[in-house]
Amino acid sequence: MTLFTGEQIAEVLEQLGITHVITVPDSTVGQWQTAIETRGRTRLIRVCREGEAWEVAAGLHLGGATPLVMIQCTGLFESGDALRNVLHDWKLPVFSIIGYRSYLNQSTLPGDTCLVFTEPVLDAWKIDYRLLTDAAQLGEIAAHYLACREAGRAGAILVAEGKA
Amino acid sequence: MTSTAGIPSKDAVAAVHAARGARDVVITTMSPARDWMTLPQHPLDVVFVPSAMGHATSLGLGLALAQPDRRVIVCNGDGSMVMNLGSLVSIAGAGATNLVVVVFDNGVYEVTGSQPVPGRGKVDFPAIARGAGFSSVFEFSDLDSWKSQVATVLAAPGPVFVALRVIAEYGIPGPRSPGPAGDRGRRFIDALRSS
Repeated sequence: MTLFTGEQIAEVLEQLGITHVITVPDSTVGQWQTAIETRGRTRLIRVCREGEAWEVAAGLHLGGATPLVMIQCTGLFESGDALRNVLHDWKLPVFSIIGYRSYLNQSTLPGDTCLVFTEPVLDAWKIDYRLLTDAAQLGEIAAHYLACREAGRAGAILVAEGKA
Repeated sequence: MTSTAGIPSKDAVAAVHAARGARDVVITTMSPARDWMTLPQHPLDVVFVPSAMGHATSLGLGLALAQPDRRVIVCNGDGSMVMNLGSLVSIAGAGATNLVVVVFDNGVYEVTGSQPVPGRGKVDFPAIARGAGFSSVFEFSDLDSWKSQVATVLAAPGPVFVALRVIAEYGIPGPRSPGPAGDRGRRFIDALRSS
């Protein structure tokens, strides 16, 4: 199940002026790709692993664009050194939307350790995140993005997912 | 101690330095960064130190996409390149025609004490770049050829990949950061806006 449709997410990204989404898909955030590409105002950049995504976003930010990283929490785990470098060495306020695998149910992966590590890892990397678990929280994406942009800090939206 | 086959790294870097255009962005990391910093600096230089090792090519992809009317040149080490080979696929897939990746292949992790890079002497970087979808691929192992062709190579249809066989040097310290990265990033953004 997905909390939000691709159309909803694409519209939010457009309203926020996101120019590029750098992504590795999972079965939730990947469903948003078609809508993002169809609307055509936000370019989708596909990378091979999630660590790349943060550095591509860094280059886009340095180059004057407004990027956003869209990955699953498993990719967050893969991203460590790039996160450290982009957010803390270069102090670039890259924003992300991260799928939280198995949060809504564990029917596919009983005992999924994503539930153990995702939020502590975000805390460890000092990422200001908001967890969304209900479709009624759609507006929190823009609100948190704008608050982070105003403060000049990186942030993330953690979107609860129901399967791998 | 120095192995003798290939191009002296400092000379290989100097050839890029001499050929870069005034509007070009040049990203350097690892040993090429150390040698680059011995040369006159430019506001559009990005010395990627500190780095997340392997990610100079990804940083270059982002800059190339954000600045499609500029050439972006990435001077990368071979150890860094093997750490992020997938980035070559991402670059070609994104159609970054203004991006040039130059790999300085000396077969060792020079900045950590010259331990061998995996696959040393066996990895065919040009074949990998071609397979990833790069439009133009070159390789050089002698300085005169590199110096005489570098301008042509940088102007080739992109994305461009260049493998330079450079001489491994031993016992030389790695690059030092030229200053706080956050401050340098802000200065770079300002320089980009005004150039």
